Amino acid sequence: MKPIYLDHAATTPVHDEVIKAMVPVYQTIYGNPSSVHQFGRKARNVLDQARRTAARSIGAKEKEIVFTSGGTEADNLAIIGTALANQGKGKHVITTQVEHHAALHAVQYLEQNGFEITYLPVYEDGCIRIEDLEASLREDTILVSIMMVNNETGAVQPMKAISELLASHQAYCHSDIVQAYGLMDINVAELSIDLLAVSSHKINGPKGVGFLYIREGTPMQSLAHGGEQERKRRAGTENVPGIVGFQKAMELTETDRTERKERYGHYKQLFLAELSRESVDFQINGIESQTIETIVNISFPNMNVEALLTNFDLSGIAASSGSACTAGSVEPSHVLTAMYGNGDARTVNSVRFSFGIANNREDVKEAAQRISQIINRLK
Amino acid sequence: MKEAKDTRVVVGMSGGVDSSVAALLLKQQGYDVVGIFMKNWDDTDENGVCTATEDYDDVIRVCNQLDIPYYAVNFEKQYWDKVFTYFLDEYKVGRTPNPDVMCNKEIKFKAFLDHALALGADYLATGHYAQVREVNGSYEMLRGIDDNKDQTYFLNQLSQDVLAKVMFPLGHMEKKQVRQIAEENDLATAKKKDSTGICFIGERNFKDFLSEYLPAQPGTMQTLEGDVKGKHDGLMYYTLGQRQGLGIGGPGEPWFVVGKNVKDNVLYVGQGYHHEALYSDGLIATDANWTSGEAPADGFECTAKFRYRQGDSKVTVTPLGDGKWKVDFHDPERAVTPGQAVVFYEGEVCLGGATIDEILKENKTLSYVG
Repeated sequence: MKPIYLDHAATTPVHDEVIKAMVPVYQTIYGNPSSVHQFGRKARNVLDQARRTAARSIGAKEKEIVFTSGGTEADNLAIIGTALANQGKGKHVITTQVEHHAALHAVQYLEQNGFEITYLPVYEDGCIRIEDLEASLREDTILVSIMMVNNETGAVQPMKAISELLASHQAYCHSDIVQAYGLMDINVAELSIDLLAVSSHKINGPKGVGFLYIREGTPMQSLAHGGEQERKRRAGTENVPGIVGFQKAMELTETDRTERKERYGHYKQLFLAELSRESVDFQINGIESQTIETIVNISFPNMNVEALLTNFDLSGIAASSGSACTAGSVEPSHVLTAMYGNGDARTVNSVRFSFGIANNREDVKEAAQRISQIINRLK
Repeated sequence: MKEAKDTRVVVGMSGGVDSSVAALLLKQQGYDVVGIFMKNWDDTDENGVCTATEDYDDVIRVCNQLDIPYYAVNFEKQYWDKVFTYFLDEYKVGRTPNPDVMCNKEIKFKAFLDHALALGADYLATGHYAQVREVNGSYEMLRGIDDNKDQTYFLNQLSQDVLAKVMFPLGHMEKKQVRQIAEENDLATAKKKDSTGICFIGERNFKDFLSEYLPAQPGTMQTLEGDVKGKHDGLMYYTLGQRQGLGIGGPGEPWFVVGKNVKDNVLYVGQGYHHEALYSDGLIATDANWTSGEAPADGFECTAKFRYRQGDSKVTVTPLGDGKWKVDFHDPERAVTPGQAVVFYEGEVCLGGATIDEILKENKTLSYVG
């Protein structure tokens, strides 16, 4: 059976143009950007161009961009690096219960090392409330880390209101925008945000690359020690070919953003409509109108996520529970647990579908039909 | 009958060599093979290391070698409710449970079989050493041909419905052949050590493990005549016929556990491997399962095993009604233990089994065995 990939929130196929952009870098631009000879200068040149693209894409300055090995490293640097550099001003950090583990486990690391963490609750829409954040802010709060778009549910957090609230507070504001970047317009001149984490492989770029935006003047302690790359904020020779591929992927997100948003939104609607047409018993986790176009998280009552995902895969459908695994078996989602409470059936009967460039209308429809057959067979 | 390529077989894969070879053989026979790892127990230690993760890694490596899809399924809750709770409850009343029999009955060939069928499987296969034979539309379970590995003792609770859906690809093979096939095919698990002991305890010390779940109540260790010989650490740590760990010195033959008095928390000991208190001539069993669906006859002779890897003994089985069965031994048996399984055979066919509930001597229940 033809495989259909509905797991773009996990990773995406690399765009042909990205590959085209990377090949010559491997072939000819092999210098080390820190070297003082022509080979190094050539590499430094393409690195700077990529940095400019990254900066422009969010309205930042070039020196505010630090290339990393991906979203996880960017989140870790943002959270741990900022906390360590600012602990003289306080040791209180605020985050949410629904962060990606890259952020969640980073704050937990801080917690084990003497920091105090507030984990904001979310409601059935998967979003925090500004009042809760306001009530949690303290004089010694130094960092607030809230993701823009949740990777499991697609729920969009009220980042503008969050950043406005924090504008008059000492706390630095970090946002993991891995799922938002490339679809939502994000401009650091309009948002009072100090740190943003972005990943390349979620936007059809290569794996192993990402960037962290660090607003000028934000004290930051490096976590990787070594050379003086990335303004001493991230030691290690830059992944030049990966960064060039990432640059192309960033450029591609700008060219047809509105059209792509519409297309993915249509896929989602088509998918849901097909499930309804086939009389599948399901409900959307969160509030669909408040989620990003690419992601939908669906609960199938009386089903079990392991049986669902296995059945889906055996019929060629790639989807995900979006949550952590131990020894390959699916644990209840921490995101859905935060939304619906511990032990709620939705934490163990939900599947995330995420759309992207690997899809077309026919495939999405076909996927919904195969899924309907499975659900209707199992019930 | 469907062709092999249209027949989906889910193989329960543990990450061990037996289930790896079972999957390999089915793949070679052309079946649509799917490997599934069951996670029944969370043994993550303080360093975050979990043997299940390592075992699943082996499943992944083997499945990739065989080019079959692999998945995992979590039955920790069911295992806790159906197997581990039973396991503790039996120890609490001084018996020696058999969690492997219960795991096969409730998890592997129930919850897991249901899971496999929900995945569109026609059959569930495992690496057990046992055989299934179809005779005129019904199914018989036969011993594995490797005498030393035959696992029908643990499979005695399987029903016709289950036998109709299972495959044991290793039943007609010797263990050393299985190892050899694994090595010839360079399977990632070819040299992996066989797991020993009860799965959730693994390599750990049994006493330490049990003490995490049940409070140990030390008490008196004495002979059946009342001579106090010392202290015991808690009745649950001892089983009938056990020699190790009693710590009784002195002259004469070694000492053995011959019984337990749960009410008074007394451990009975006696001198000599063949202490007469260890011998019995019958038992009462409950929870009988007959693999054919019904008892062979209203009272019948057959052979039986009272523990794994023991030779067969001749017995006569008589129904007592109320789900109870009387089993008379043709010759006295040593250390038959309440809580363990008695499993019945006619030649190579495993007729079924039951749980040993009471031990008899000259038609009287032995009150001192717990």
